[in-house]
Amino acid sequence: MLRSLTILLSFQLAGEVLSQALALPIPGPVIGMALLLAALVSPRLRSETFRHSVQQLLKHLSLLFVPAGVGVMLHARRVGEEWLPIAAALVLSTLLAIAVGALTMSWLARRVRAPE
Amino acid sequence: MGERIHDIWVYLATTPLLGLTVTLAAYLFGDWVYRRAHQQPLLNPVLLAVALLVALLSVTGTPYQTYFEGAQFVHFLLGPATVALAVPLYFNLPKLKRLWLPLLGGLLAGSLTAVVSAVGIAWLLGAPPATLLSLAPKSVTAPVAMGIAERLGGLPSLTAILVVATGILGAALGPLVLDALRVRDPAVRGFAIGVAAHGIGTARAFQESEQAGAFSGLGMGLNILATALLLPLLVGLLGL
Repeated sequence: MLRSLTILLSFQLAGEVLSQALALPIPGPVIGMALLLAALVSPRLRSETFRHSVQQLLKHLSLLFVPAGVGVMLHARRVGEEWLPIAAALVLSTLLAIAVGALTMSWLARRVRAPE
Repeated sequence: MGERIHDIWVYLATTPLLGLTVTLAAYLFGDWVYRRAHQQPLLNPVLLAVALLVALLSVTGTPYQTYFEGAQFVHFLLGPATVALAVPLYFNLPKLKRLWLPLLGGLLAGSLTAVVSAVGIAWLLGAPPATLLSLAPKSVTAPVAMGIAERLGGLPSLTAILVVATGILGAALGPLVLDALRVRDPAVRGFAIGVAAHGIGTARAFQESEQAGAFSGLGMGLNILATALLLPLLVGLLGL
C-alpha cells in the first residue's frame, strides 16, 4: 500500500510540475494519469500488489467527494433562492448528456463494426 | 461535568481528527444504508453522508472551514485517485484502440450536451450569470471544475457542490436512462456515465463491472480535456 501510494503521488507530482511549468490548462492529476498510463507498459509497474491497492482506492472513489459536497452549507442562500433553475438544469442536463453520449457512441460503434 | 464536556468539545473542534472521523463514519453509514436498501439509487451514499454532515454541523454550529480542516485529508486523495484511474484504463486498452471513433463521438456529444443544456435551461429559468458560469463545468471532476469555474468568473465553491450533485444524479439515474434506451454494452454505459457524471458516476459504473468502470474513468478523464479546451470557446460564443 505504501509503495503504491508513493507511486501514485509521484506521478501526480510530476503532472503538477509539468502543468505549472508549461502553463497547461490541464490539471496536474490528469497529466499524472496520462504519464502513469504510458509508464504501465513496464511490467514492473503492473504488479499484482499495485493493481490490488489501486482497486481498493477506487472502490471508495465517491467517498472523496463528500467534503466538497458538504460545502453546500456555504451557498445555502443562493441555492435556496435559485433552486428551480439549478435543479432543473442539473437533472435535465445530466439525463440528456448520458442519453446523447451513449446513443452517439452506440451508433458510431455499429458503423465501425459493420461498414456500409 | 457539563463544563468538562464543553472543554473537550472546544479542544476537539480545533483538531482535524473530528472532521476526518465524522466524514468517514458518515460515508460508511451512507454506504450501509444504500446496501441495506438493495442499492436503491436515490439513497446514494454520498448524498446521505452529505445530508448527515450538514445536519451535524448545523446543529453543533460548526463552520464549514473548521470541518474542512479535517476533511481536507479525504479531499486530497482525489488527486492520487485520478492518477490511479490509469490502471483499469491500461487493462482495457485493446478495446479502446478498436473503439476510438465511437469514443471520440460520444465524448464530444456528451460533453457539449452537458454544458449547453445545463447553461441553457438555467438561463431560460432566469439564473444570474455567476450561477450560469458555475454550472458550465459541472460534469467535470471537482478540483478541475473548480479551477475552470474560477478562470471563467464563476464561484468555485458553488461549482464544487454542483459537481457533486451532478455526480449523484448521474450515478442514481444514469443506469435507469441507459436501461430505458436499451444500451447494454458495458463500454458504452460506463463511458457515457463517466463523461456526464465524473468520479461519482465512475464509482457507480465499477459496481456494474470492471469494464464499465474502466471506460467510465476514461470518459471522466477525456471530458476534463474536452471541457478545459472547449468551454472557454463556448462561453465566448454565448457571450457570457
